Amino acid sequence: MERRKFLQIGAGTAGAMLIPVFGNAIAAEDLLKPMAASAKKVLADTAMGAATQAGASYCDVRIGRYLNQFIITRDLNVESINNTESSGVGIRVIADGAYGFASTNSMTPDGIAQAARQAVAIAKANAKLQTEPVRLAPVKGVGEVAWATPIVKDWRTLPVKEKADMLIAANKAGLDAGANFMTASLFQINQQKYFASTDGSYIDQDIHRLWAPINATAVDQKTGKFRSRGGLGAPASMGYEYFDAKAADKVRAAGGVTTLYTRSYDIVEDARLAGKQAREKLTAKSVEPGKYDLVLSPEHLFLTIHENVGHPTELDRVLGYEANYAGTSFAGLDKWQTKKFKYGAERVNFVADRTTPGSLGLIGYDDEGVPAKKWDIIRDGILVNYQATRDQAHIIGEKESHGCSYADSWSTVQFQRMPNVSLEPGKARLTPDEMVQDVKKGIYILGRGSYSIDQQRYNFQFGGTLYYEIKNGKITGPLEDVAYQANTQEFWNACSAICDERDWRMGGSFFDGKGQPSQVSAVSHGSSTTRFNGINVINTARKIG
Amino acid sequence: MSILTQEQTKKISDRVMSLTKADECIVNIEGSTIGNIRFARNAVSTAGLADDTRVQVQVAFGKKQGTATINEFDDKSIERAVRRAEDLAKLAPDNPEFIPAIAKTAYKPSDTFVQKTADIDPEYRAQAAAYAIEGCRKRGLVSAGFFTDRTSFETVANSNGLFGHQASTSLDFTLTVRTEDGRGSGWVKRSARDVSKFDPREAAEIAIEKALRSVDAKALEPGRYTVIMEPAATSDLLSFMLGGFDARRADEGRSFLSKAGGKNRLGDKLFDSQVNIWSDPWDKDVAVLPWDENMLPRERVELVKDGKINALDYSRFWAQQKNQRAVGAAGNIIMAGTNKTTEELIANTKKGVLVTRTWYIRMVDPQSVLLTGLTRDGTFYVENGKIKHPIKNFRFNESPVSMLNNIEEIGKPVVIGADEARYSMLIPSMKIRDFNFTSLSDAV
Repeated sequence: MERRKFLQIGAGTAGAMLIPVFGNAIAAEDLLKPMAASAKKVLADTAMGAATQAGASYCDVRIGRYLNQFIITRDLNVESINNTESSGVGIRVIADGAYGFASTNSMTPDGIAQAARQAVAIAKANAKLQTEPVRLAPVKGVGEVAWATPIVKDWRTLPVKEKADMLIAANKAGLDAGANFMTASLFQINQQKYFASTDGSYIDQDIHRLWAPINATAVDQKTGKFRSRGGLGAPASMGYEYFDAKAADKVRAAGGVTTLYTRSYDIVEDARLAGKQAREKLTAKSVEPGKYDLVLSPEHLFLTIHENVGHPTELDRVLGYEANYAGTSFAGLDKWQTKKFKYGAERVNFVADRTTPGSLGLIGYDDEGVPAKKWDIIRDGILVNYQATRDQAHIIGEKESHGCSYADSWSTVQFQRMPNVSLEPGKARLTPDEMVQDVKKGIYILGRGSYSIDQQRYNFQFGGTLYYEIKNGKITGPLEDVAYQANTQEFWNACSAICDERDWRMGGSFFDGKGQPSQVSAVSHGSSTTRFNGINVINTARKIG
Repeated sequence: MSILTQEQTKKISDRVMSLTKADECIVNIEGSTIGNIRFARNAVSTAGLADDTRVQVQVAFGKKQGTATINEFDDKSIERAVRRAEDLAKLAPDNPEFIPAIAKTAYKPSDTFVQKTADIDPEYRAQAAAYAIEGCRKRGLVSAGFFTDRTSFETVANSNGLFGHQASTSLDFTLTVRTEDGRGSGWVKRSARDVSKFDPREAAEIAIEKALRSVDAKALEPGRYTVIMEPAATSDLLSFMLGGFDARRADEGRSFLSKAGGKNRLGDKLFDSQVNIWSDPWDKDVAVLPWDENMLPRERVELVKDGKINALDYSRFWAQQKNQRAVGAAGNIIMAGTNKTTEELIANTKKGVLVTRTWYIRMVDPQSVLLTGLTRDGTFYVENGKIKHPIKNFRFNESPVSMLNNIEEIGKPVVIGADEARYSMLIPSMKIRDFNFTSLSDAV
């Protein structure tokens, strides 16, 4: 589920300002100087020792330091620059066959040992209601290792003024191009994560992610109508070099209706187009409801993939662990066991992959110490696998975990979260322009919009940012008030063409919510432009009062 | 350490004020202890306790602001936070929308703390889960649920002499009960400030009954129906709409409360005359802190009166621009009701649909507040005053503005924590005509 957490963060009060705003290195040296792995190892050993002594049969320790910077701008003003820092330790144990978890921001040996004992006490209390003992798939200890997101420019070292100026420049471009209001934000994440377990792993990771959402709103004062156009750039697990836009990373959308981006992002150009297109949306033709062939651009399709394939194939949902909140899944074990369940058309292949460069789910090891890997979820249209953690692997006959464990903070317990789940490109050479040529009555949809899907992932209704009518193989003009509704299985079986690898690129969800208490995670979904035939489109225009 | 007394926080805020050389200083100290237990498949899956405390220092030199937060409270750490905030302020650009700190204000305390709730322990949480788990096991059902309780405090202070300190408690319980074959699902939600008003057994029985009654749902054609919405079914829809009450958005033409030509719809009658919605920090059922996120005192504000838009939400900056008085942003939402139970609303219905819960609600068109979402965990067909049979879930495309215009009957308000909203809410069940269900969902 794509939650609105980022809105809460954006609207919240300022967090910890531990880095310089405009240039001077007030505390930058602190930020760039992580705690030594050797010191973390001592603390981790203390926790594991205390847990084992208290009766734990297994213990893992996550020592985390999370640095975030959120810059929010509106029009030509910087609204807020929020920096947060959070450090602490989360300890998970198994005792008497049950899990226990405790966390503390007291980074002293005593504080950590106390938290470890508390985790064991909780596990023993939980064991009374446990029906079967936790069973962990084996993980070979990797000893002392380190992994870091490949980055060229570290956001922590850059003057905030440079970043704020970029956002203001984007807003100005949008306003100049026709928007009445512009917002541009920059979310920057650095997770310094140390994982140790009684399996013999001591893993030090340094993870970076960033996202720069924009929004242009145009108002027609005479009619009182207003319309918005969001950004078409994706969040990425990269350094700040992502904003050094290169011509080679720009993609011409089908019919040349706009510019799209791959490995780098021209936020000012996108904002300019957003301002222009927001104004165009005010006078765009309102869609005639009916069946259409939909040509879906990757910047739009990623969220459809996220909701239609990513979430339903989470094994914890399939088993019922999310039944009270995020829901269960139509893709139950019975369907997987047949080895014949036609999730989609034969051309539809989905791969889970934690190793894709630049993807939000890119890691070296998950939060159970399992190395990143790649595996099939849907092959030739058939459901072949799920996303599993160590305690779930045996349920689907796997000998090892898929590495899908994640916690959003040192203070939260790790659980099953989706990896990058991506649609493989089509095997035959096909461009978006060529795909459109085969469409008699269709709509080309770009960008993310309103997304809603039921708790078992059957019935969905999705919208986008930009819509263009396709008539007899040609894009004829912009449309508005478009949303499409379908059933997940019917939709993916209606997949009639997928562009080739030249068009493959990722979109991403930065604050995907799940669990109770709710946690967020970030994940990318790649695809090429893809066509779905005969999909029901509704008109969403309404009049009130 | 996580729950500090007024004396302790006064010392900390005084220490901060004494250290700063800025023109003005604002201090916010918060702490909480949050306990929880989560269960699924009739067994506990996680349980925990999270403590957190932090002090935030915001300073200004002229129109330049800087903020620093730290979760260590020794003198050295506090001084470090003050110096960082000052350094940042000196380096920051002028904020053109800068508004000076609030003058010294006496907040009228609200009744947000109940000691019994603060005393909730792991055994209580486990017992709340056990009622649900054992009740389900006995009947061959499967439970999944979450109980969480929170004890917290907040202190606000500034260099104008403003000071406020108040503690709060709350709890939330949600339970989904499913039949083993997956053909039935029921749900319940309870929110309370006072644990003595929460009965986990009563709550569990409701979800169990709904699950048993919801088996073998029949398909009803999508279309416009009279619906009886339980409070949890409308809380998120109302929250979406209330976001549009921001005066700046309305004046700038970006809200359903905007009018052509740059005006807003203050004073317009947009809803049925039965609709009265207000916020009140001192309400006995949903009391909230008597200040908002910007330390502005909250007041009772009549947002909708007899169906008319009676007030908009002005930030301090926008109030100054528009020559209006700014009032603290709402922390709770209360909708007027009657003494009628949901059962009475059902009894008065010839043909209709009873909705337990709505799910995954998203804005489709902010111009009309058109929302889409689905029903979930207990949708029933009502005929001649009785629940006749369970029905399959629907997707809806509906605006809460239209919904509140089509009210036929209102029930008794109950306390409900919205799924994704920031408000504490006291919302009645409602009978609404012509609610727009647009498609069927096979999800149970």
